[in-house]
Amino acid sequence: MKIQKSLVIILLIVLTVAILAFLQALLTPKFQTQLLEGGLIADYYQEKNKDHAVIFIGDCEVYEDFSPITLWEEYGITSYIRGSAQQLIWHSYYILEDTLRYETPDVVVFNILSMKYDEPQNEAYNRMALDAMPLSGTKLRAIKASMTEGEEWLSYIFPLLRYHSRWHELSSEDFEFLFRRNPVSHNGYLMRVDVKPVTGIPTPRPLPDYRFSDICYEYLDKITNLCRTNDIELILIKSPSIYPYWYDQWNQQMVDYAAENDLLYINTLQHLEEIGIDYNTDTYDAGLHMNLSGAEKMSVYFGRILAEEYALADRRGDASLAARWDEKAAAYYRQQDEQYLELETYGYLRAFRYQPD
Amino acid sequence: MLFTSYSFILFLAILFVLYYLVPRKVQWLLLLAANFVFYAFSGWDNVAFMLITILSIWLIGRHIGRMHKARDQYLAEHKADLDREQRKAYREAVKSRQLRWLLLSLFINLGILAVLKYTNFVIANINTVRGWFSAGELSFVSLALPMGISFYIFQSVGYMVDVYRGKYPPEDNILRLALFVSFFPQLVQGPISRFDDLSQTLFQEHPFDGRTVTYGLQRILWGFFKKLVIADRILAGVNTIIRDPERYTGIYVLVGMLFYAIQLYADFTGGIDITIGIAQTLGIKVKENFDRPYFSKSIAEFWRRWHITMGTWFRDYVFYPLSISRPMLKLAKKSRTRFGDAFGKRVTVYLSTLIVWFTTGLWHGASWNFIVWGLLNGVVIILSQELNPFYNWFHNRFSVRNNFFFRFFQIVRTLLLMSSLRILDCYRDVGISFRQFFSMFTTWNAGELFGGQLLNIGLSGADYLVLAFGVALMILVSLRQRRGSLRDALQERPAPLRYVLTIAAVIVVLVVGAYGIGYDSTQFIYNQF
Repeated sequence: MKIQKSLVIILLIVLTVAILAFLQALLTPKFQTQLLEGGLIADYYQEKNKDHAVIFIGDCEVYEDFSPITLWEEYGITSYIRGSAQQLIWHSYYILEDTLRYETPDVVVFNILSMKYDEPQNEAYNRMALDAMPLSGTKLRAIKASMTEGEEWLSYIFPLLRYHSRWHELSSEDFEFLFRRNPVSHNGYLMRVDVKPVTGIPTPRPLPDYRFSDICYEYLDKITNLCRTNDIELILIKSPSIYPYWYDQWNQQMVDYAAENDLLYINTLQHLEEIGIDYNTDTYDAGLHMNLSGAEKMSVYFGRILAEEYALADRRGDASLAARWDEKAAAYYRQQDEQYLELETYGYLRAFRYQPD
Repeated sequence: MLFTSYSFILFLAILFVLYYLVPRKVQWLLLLAANFVFYAFSGWDNVAFMLITILSIWLIGRHIGRMHKARDQYLAEHKADLDREQRKAYREAVKSRQLRWLLLSLFINLGILAVLKYTNFVIANINTVRGWFSAGELSFVSLALPMGISFYIFQSVGYMVDVYRGKYPPEDNILRLALFVSFFPQLVQGPISRFDDLSQTLFQEHPFDGRTVTYGLQRILWGFFKKLVIADRILAGVNTIIRDPERYTGIYVLVGMLFYAIQLYADFTGGIDITIGIAQTLGIKVKENFDRPYFSKSIAEFWRRWHITMGTWFRDYVFYPLSISRPMLKLAKKSRTRFGDAFGKRVTVYLSTLIVWFTTGLWHGASWNFIVWGLLNGVVIILSQELNPFYNWFHNRFSVRNNFFFRFFQIVRTLLLMSSLRILDCYRDVGISFRQFFSMFTTWNAGELFGGQLLNIGLSGADYLVLAFGVALMILVSLRQRRGSLRDALQERPAPLRYVLTIAAVIVVLVVGAYGIGYDSTQFIYNQF
């Protein structure tokens, strides 16, 4: 009788947990047809073969400005972009720490724009960076470092506590992608083929203090040390976005930091001609982000540096790997065609009507 | 630590497990430690104030108790030597000395409350008067009101008066007394317990009892439902209306008034449900504080059913002592001579009533809004007393006393009257409150409600749907409770049904509750009192 009672209690507990898990899955945003940036981090954990020579970390200046497919096709370099919308430097550090639980790349590329932010900016960006990360000590530390005022760490462990209020805005997407999801990116690259040329360059506002804050340097040191400990080459990069404005004083600090730590720092704003960036055709939002054309040019330029200066092997000869990348490339070109078609049909890309970054 | 915060739920879970794991003899000590951990979250300064209260009532209470004992011993030993008058004189002499000690304890504790709660109110009034004479303003002082101080000081005052009256002997063990004063579920918003009631179960050993714990958890869940699903959701609508009195006049005042009635009820009774539920899971019985007050047919009845422990506290420790105080007895004599026996008798009762309602208002908050609110309650109660002859005539003339529609009318009338008085609770000063109240009769804008304006006050269609469901459920539960305990009835039902209902309730609170980012989840309203 006692055993029977215990079994019933266990069954009820399991049933309760299952119901709550179902609700959590239903109410958590899916990021499959809108706000695709929210799905970038989850894409990585869905990737079956986590074996990349290069890992990019950073904000929109990595996931919009580099194309891993181009790196593969041009140089045979395998890469993955672990980017997310307005990824702050502590996000980047913990995302890298988490990535190293799965693989150890030869090179890590960190986009240093986030050095300008010294405090959590917005809960939504925390969510995009951390929600999809599996539970681990790294995730708990990342949550602690990232929370904005009024946030509760428990709601990162049980997202139902955060997203419960979506019950009245559930859409067909929530049901369609309840138990499955499609990748929204191409190894972390979020494709956009539309074009919006630069019409003017904003005048920079003088700042009272140009020095990056201690907290940013602390995390940059952590990233440097983490790479060093794991025998990974770290490259600091600044993408060719014309705004937010990249001040000379900021640039100098990065030059100094790279020199002190024996790192390569590339400010692509100083190599626009060499890269071939044309702000009339290579950006989809007047200079803030690159479009497909710009990202491919950036990848061709940067791939050469990776291949020549870091001697990353060309792995296109590996048949099984090549087959996998061929599949990825097919999806890449398929989406490219679809986006051009959408542009023709609607005049805009439906998935990007809302811009979070 | 908010009752509705994750940290509180974690705190509660840890306490619950430890409480039933430790030897039963030390359960109350664990609870005492938990009280101070809980209270320390609100600040160490607050703990210091509470310790002053505990220490003062322990020392003075014991001293008064010793005087009781010495008096009884002396009278027993000198029974043969003293005549009746001498015994009476001796008793009065002792009582007078005891009274001085009682007054000292009241001075310390009510003094702390008065200084912390009313200093800036006094300064503001002095500044107003100085302003009339173009004198400079006094600076306000920075004083934080410790959480629940009104509640634990009122409990302590009740304890001291009872000890002085010899209702029960003082508690010798300071730790036990500390447990009574600091019992954490009550610190947030009451109820105001009596030592002789609470101590019956507070210090006892409590073996784990599945049914009691289940009942406690069900009560907590119901409290969370009221607080999170109803009170915190409707809050957005209430705030929109009361924060912009220029824009929201006329019909909106009525809407805000009714919404506030719902919010206050769900918030306060929800909090009390959580309090009583927590105590019950620990095997401790705390007095009920509400008895379906919105079914009251008069204001006097309403106040017998709303915040019951506060009402009885004012009755026992303010109204009665005041009514039989020497000045009041003198006044009663004079008024009987002047106005005749019938009305003269009522003069002192009414005066005591007004004083009680003045202090009730002042207790609710250091502002003229609350004082006027309190006095108006008193006035309405007095008026309804004075109208008794008319009511009697009416009921003799028309036999509607038991008519359903008439009773319904009485309930609605009481609700509207109470809600009207509570307007003073909503707006920032008395003038605006009255202006808004009268705008209900002068601004004819009811038509706006049918133009979708109700969807522009911070509540969506989904919110209204949830609120309609929540309020309907509260009414149904209240109606069902008239036939006895709902939890008893539920316990009779098959286990699968109980499980389904419990899970459904948990899901409703978790999913539909207004908490977390995007919601202005608040402290319980009565916490500020």
